[in-house]
Amino acid sequence: MITCEGVSVTLGDRRILDGIDLHVARGEWLSIVGPNGAGKSTLLRYLTGAVNGEGTVHLAGRPFGALTRRERALLIALVPQAPVIPVGMSVVDYVLLGRTPHIRYLGVEGPTDVAAVHDALSHLDLLDFADREVTTLSGGERQRVLIARALAQGSSLVLLDEPTTALDVGHQQQVLELVDELRRAHDLTVVTTMHDLTLAGQYADRLLLLDAGRVVVEGPAAFVLTEENLARFYGARVRIIHDGGHPVVLPVRERTVNDQPR
Amino acid sequence: MTPAPTVAAQGSLRAARLRARWTVLGVAAVVVAVIAGLVVGPAGIEPVEVVRRLLGVSSTLDTQQIAIVEQIRLPRVVLGLLVGSTLSLCGASYQGVFRNPLADPYLLGAAAGAGLGVTLVIVRAAEGTTTPALAPVAAFVGALGAVALTYALGASGGRRASTASLILAGVAVASFLTAMQTYVQQRNQDTIRQVYTWILGRLSTAGWGEVRLLLPYAVVTWVVLLAHRRVLDVLAVGDDEAATLGVHAARSRLVVIIAASLGTAAAVSVSGLIAFVGIIVPHTVRLLAGQSHRVVLPLSLLFGGAFLCLADLLARTLSSPAEIPIGVVTAFFGAPFFVLVLRSSRRMGATT
Repeated sequence: MITCEGVSVTLGDRRILDGIDLHVARGEWLSIVGPNGAGKSTLLRYLTGAVNGEGTVHLAGRPFGALTRRERALLIALVPQAPVIPVGMSVVDYVLLGRTPHIRYLGVEGPTDVAAVHDALSHLDLLDFADREVTTLSGGERQRVLIARALAQGSSLVLLDEPTTALDVGHQQQVLELVDELRRAHDLTVVTTMHDLTLAGQYADRLLLLDAGRVVVEGPAAFVLTEENLARFYGARVRIIHDGGHPVVLPVRERTVNDQPR
Repeated sequence: MTPAPTVAAQGSLRAARLRARWTVLGVAAVVVAVIAGLVVGPAGIEPVEVVRRLLGVSSTLDTQQIAIVEQIRLPRVVLGLLVGSTLSLCGASYQGVFRNPLADPYLLGAAAGAGLGVTLVIVRAAEGTTTPALAPVAAFVGALGAVALTYALGASGGRRASTASLILAGVAVASFLTAMQTYVQQRNQDTIRQVYTWILGRLSTAGWGEVRLLLPYAVVTWVVLLAHRRVLDVLAVGDDEAATLGVHAARSRLVVIIAASLGTAAAVSVSGLIAFVGIIVPHTVRLLAGQSHRVVLPLSLLFGGAFLCLADLLARTLSSPAEIPIGVVTAFFGAPFFVLVLRSSRRMGATT
């Protein structure tokens, strides 16, 4: 679905990404993990065309540079981490924005666009919220609205930037289950950045561990999420427990002087 | 607060679009303003007779009175409609494109640039080195030059122009150009009164000259800006997200800014600096009818025209036979009205 070779991005005099190779097959779920500042978000921004850099990207077999903005938007949808939600905009109107690449530049939506919005809202169980203002929704509801917008966009590659960061653990699971259901139902390819390593490992087919702008480890969760890797790249003290084949990352605290029994 | 699921659940989603109720209200406001503008005036003509004449029923108006209504009042009413519609539509567009509720022709330096251009023409015309007919051209050059300067300065901080840096640049450009304008104005004592009168804003017109001058620019501005109403809603999510939706944000923004600046310059060159219309009308519409540009732009056009028409009616009747500058009227009545709308909608919880 998407192939990158030698992607490098320099912002100012800092090299944020340094020769990233990446391949995601159709229908696959890839999670990009790595410590703060590793370049995860920049990689997603590069894939949406928001930042420029070197390297070649092929999207659905076509070179990225040869696609117009609109053609890219028809292939890639983004669920941003910190979206700008216009004041006073209803859920319907917000999800309708996802139809923009399907509508002529100065045109307005047609019946197919409204039908697509209806489908997206109904898939995400949001029909009852259609007339609510997006700004009045809770974090979990808002995340579903964002996913509905991406779904209405009809792109087969969906990028999610930290989709669970602002949510409690129950909503984190709900949102990721939802993404997984939609992926299967609509044959979507999913690329996410993730902070929570356990969740990343439970949902993704494959993990890509970035550090200092380079891919340092890549593969199935059990291969990437090892105590050595997390100590080396995150500087973290963790224990890995295996639960039903998925690694569970357990932070541990070494006993300090205060914990000694008196 | 619990939303009724009925409408949506039946499959008919209510997307933001102009509702018939508001269109009717807007058109009605324009009609009322036009009729009021035609029947009221200092000439002592019976309003009822003017209405009869308008309806095509036989009236007792003599030729001179008909001439007053059709050659003096009508052009002035039409000019008021054009200027008011254009200023408030441009204001609404500036606010949308910069995602800033305070953005208007004044903030970006467009009005100040147009003001400097027109002042130079008035001064040089008095010296006999140019003709007053060049005023609109000078206003365009001044407004577009000012916006270009604002854009260049706002963008020079980085590759990407942020909204905040643009507006700061606009404030700097506007004060600089206003200072230049004041300097030119004070240096030329013989034209100072003429410049002042123009700056305070006026719609006095002799015949259809000003209307003919403004109409083509106004129509182009209206068509371009109204065509971008949905694009402005997309731009509301920010440049990066607009890009992922397939919209070239910077390019769309530039087109809207140029169109709004042209409209502003054209309006300013015939009517002077009329403050408040570009802020008050769009915000009142937003508070009452909704935030989407698909609603705000067309309604700003209608209500802006009606508002300025009525303001002009007050300007020429309140201290008749003298005229109050229309800019004074728009601010004097517009500001309290706006505060009233703002307060009442806060109580209803409609604003954030």
